[in-house]
This record gives sequence, C-alpha cells and structure tokens, in this order.
Amino acid sequence: MTMSEQELRLDGNAAAGLLQEVFVHEVTSVRGACARCGAVGEMGAQHLYMTPLSPGAVLRCTSCDSLLIVAVRTGGRLRVGLQGLVWIELPDEGAAS
Amino acid sequence: MVGTALQRRLIWRTAEVVDLVDETPRVRSLVLAVPGWPGHQAGQHVDVRLTADDGYQTQRSYSIASPQSTDERLTLTIERLDDGEVSPYLARELHAGDQLELRGPIGGYFVWAPALGGPLLLIAGGSGSCPLMAMLRLRQAAGSTVPARLLYSSRSLDEVIYRSELARLVAAGSGLEVMLTLTRAQPPGWTGLHRRIDTEMLQSVAWSPAERPWIFICGPTPLVETAASALVDLGHEPARIKTERFGPTGG
Ligand SMILES: Cc1cc2nc3c(=O)[nH]c(=O)nc-3n(C[C@H](O)[C@H](O)[C@H](O)COP(=O)(O)OP(=O)(O)OC[C@H]3O[C@@H](n4cnc5c(N)ncnc54)[C@H](O)[C@@H]3O)c2cc1C
Ligand SMILES: [Zn+2]
Repeated sequence: MTMSEQELRLDGNAAAGLLQEVFVHEVTSVRGACARCGAVGEMGAQHLYMTPLSPGAVLRCTSCDSLLIVAVRTGGRLRVGLQGLVWIELPDEGAAS
Repeated sequence: MVGTALQRRLIWRTAEVVDLVDETPRVRSLVLAVPGWPGHQAGQHVDVRLTADDGYQTQRSYSIASPQSTDERLTLTIERLDDGEVSPYLARELHAGDQLELRGPIGGYFVWAPALGGPLLLIAGGSGSCPLMAMLRLRQAAGSTVPARLLYSSRSLDEVIYRSELARLVAAGSGLEVMLTLTRAQPPGWTGLHRRIDTEMLQSVAWSPAERPWIFICGPTPLVETAASALVDLGHEPARIKTERFGPTGG
C-alpha cells in the first residue's frame, strides 16, 4: 500500500515533544510567522510530516506549504533548520508580571 | 496551567500499568501510574518509547484520555492495528505490573479547559475520541455546563469507544449531546446517522458560525481534513478549529 503525502499529514502539535527538546518551552501553542508568505499562526496548527521510520520531521506552512522547520536526527545529533520562520514568539519570563 | 507551561525539560519517565480496560474488541485502555507526573490538560498527549533487547527504539504518540488529576495517574486508550508495530504490543501484550517509558504531558495547542468556554463542538473518528473524552470528562468533573456536542464516526456500534460512559454523561443533563454515525454496520432498527462525516451532516450538528463554537476534530487524517475544510466552508473561523490528525490509520 502506498500512501499519499496528504494521508500521512499530521498537525504541528504532534511534533510538540520533539520541538520541546530544542526550545525547552512548549512551542506548539505559540505563534510564528512564515518567511515566505508572512502568514502568522500557532505552530501546532501547521502541517507536519513525520513518520515513525523517518529520522526527523518537516513542518510546513498551512497557507503556502513552504518549509518552516526541518528537524533531522542523525549520528547522535539533532539538526534543526529554521530557515522558514521569520520569528517565533515565546512567553517572556524575564518580563515583570 | 502555569506549572505545566513552565515545566522545563521534557524527561522520559517510567510508567507502571496498574489496570487494563477492554473498551471494544480492538481497543484497550491502560491506566498508568507515573511517579512524579506533573498533571496535564485535556487534549495533551504523551510520547511512548519502546526499546527492544537489541537496543532498537521506536516511539509513538498517544493522547491522554483521563482528565487532570493529582494522583500521578493517567489513562491511554489504544486501538490495536494488527499490522502495526507498536499498538498490538500496547493493546494486547502489556499486563498489570509491566513498565513503559513515556514523556509528557506534551502539546498546548489542542487543549480545552472550562475557562475557554464554548459552545464546544467535538468531532471524532475512531480512536480520535480519546483526547476529546478527556475534555468531556474534565467538563463533567469541573461541573461545567458549557453546551457541548460530540459527533462521533465509528464503523459499528461495537466499535464505539466509551459508549456506556458517554451515555451516562449525556444522562447527567449538563448540556452534552452525542451523535453517532455508524459507517459500516448498523444494528437492526438503527435510526441514527450511517454515513461518513460530510458537509450536510456538519451543518445540522454544528452551531451556527455566529455562535462561535470552539471546534476540536480528531481522528484519521482523511476524516480530520474533510471535517475541517467543510466547517471552514460553512463559515466557521479557522482559528477556532483545532485539529489533531492521528495519521493514515486510527480510524
Ligand atoms: C498526537 C497523536 C495522538 C495520538 N493518539 C492516539 C490515541 O490516543 N490512541 C490511538 O490508538 N492512537 C493514537 N495515535 C496514533 C498512534 O500514534 C499510532 O500511529 C498508532 O497506534 C499506530 O501505531 P502502530 O505502531 O501500531 O502502527 P504502525 O506500525 O506505525 O503502522 C500503522 C499502520 O499504518 C500503515 N502505515 C503507517 N505509515 C505508513 C506509510 N508511511 N506508508 C504506508 N503505510 C503506512 C501501516 O501499514 C499500518 O497499517 C495518535 C497519533 C498522534 C500523532
Ligand atoms: Zn507560508
């Protein structure tokens, strides 16, 4: 059985564990901006491509399908490419509250 | 909530199976005791990691079906896919007393709490009812009367997970309605829905977009995509539609 890319699609939310290894913070509930089309959205709402056998994950913009984050595990390292994001917004723990 | 959000490193923890509940012929719930478990929100998941004797490791995500509690316990509900790598082990081989590695709670996007309000529209296909059940259990435990509707697509009545508990929650009269659609087999005399989720069905079940329901859709990827795009076409705000795709299977 072969599967279309669409059938294998997940939500960014499914990469929350992986992304928390990188950012420490839970980042699927925060907003980011796509470098290609400028769309702003919660990371958990973007399209995720990740299968149990693949060595990583690809997060794509739901508006323009451009790459936002690419994470690859290899040789004991986790390489994270963030070229597709202009910014990501994290809770500011340094701020007076 | 703040405690969970600020919890630092996500660490692998050892969970012990304390109870097993057969929900349907293919679905089993695992009640796990997890020392140090910080608590969780309804809709969050865990990553489960299995390690073979030769060191081979594999990992899958499972939603937490139990509501927030302080007893360092949580329930996962696993649908067994006979040709799957992990689910047959979890749903058939594990016994009380066995141990399991997991990390969590994970995710902050697909979550609901009574404070978020409603109306609350939940749409499930197959085991996609698991995280939605955590929301309904929390709603009940918190005494919330936020109007809630669950549209649940299942192959047959026997495959409806949490069937008797859902009936009890509806009977409690707190403003929950449950609509089942049985796509493959219907019991004799069935007068309910019996086709896959489509736009017409969603139109009759969903509140009007003007009432701005929070919408959570969970299940196999094709079902989630059909329901989400139909709801957008019906005029619901994309930002109020939250999805959790389980992948090609899970339906
Ligand atoms: C956030 C999240 C939460 C989840 N929560 C739950 C839950 O609460 N309960 C639950 O039961 N499940 C849940 N799932 C699904 C779960 O993670 C597993 O995907 C599921 O249990 C199947 O795992 P498996 O190892 O048994 O099957 P796998 O070995 O992964 O295979 C699953 C099936 O899909 C087919 N398949 C998978 N990938 C491919 C591919 N690339 N090409 C062709 N065929 C493929 C296989 O042939 C097989 O039939 C969740 C998934 C996510 C992302
Ligand atoms: Zn984009």
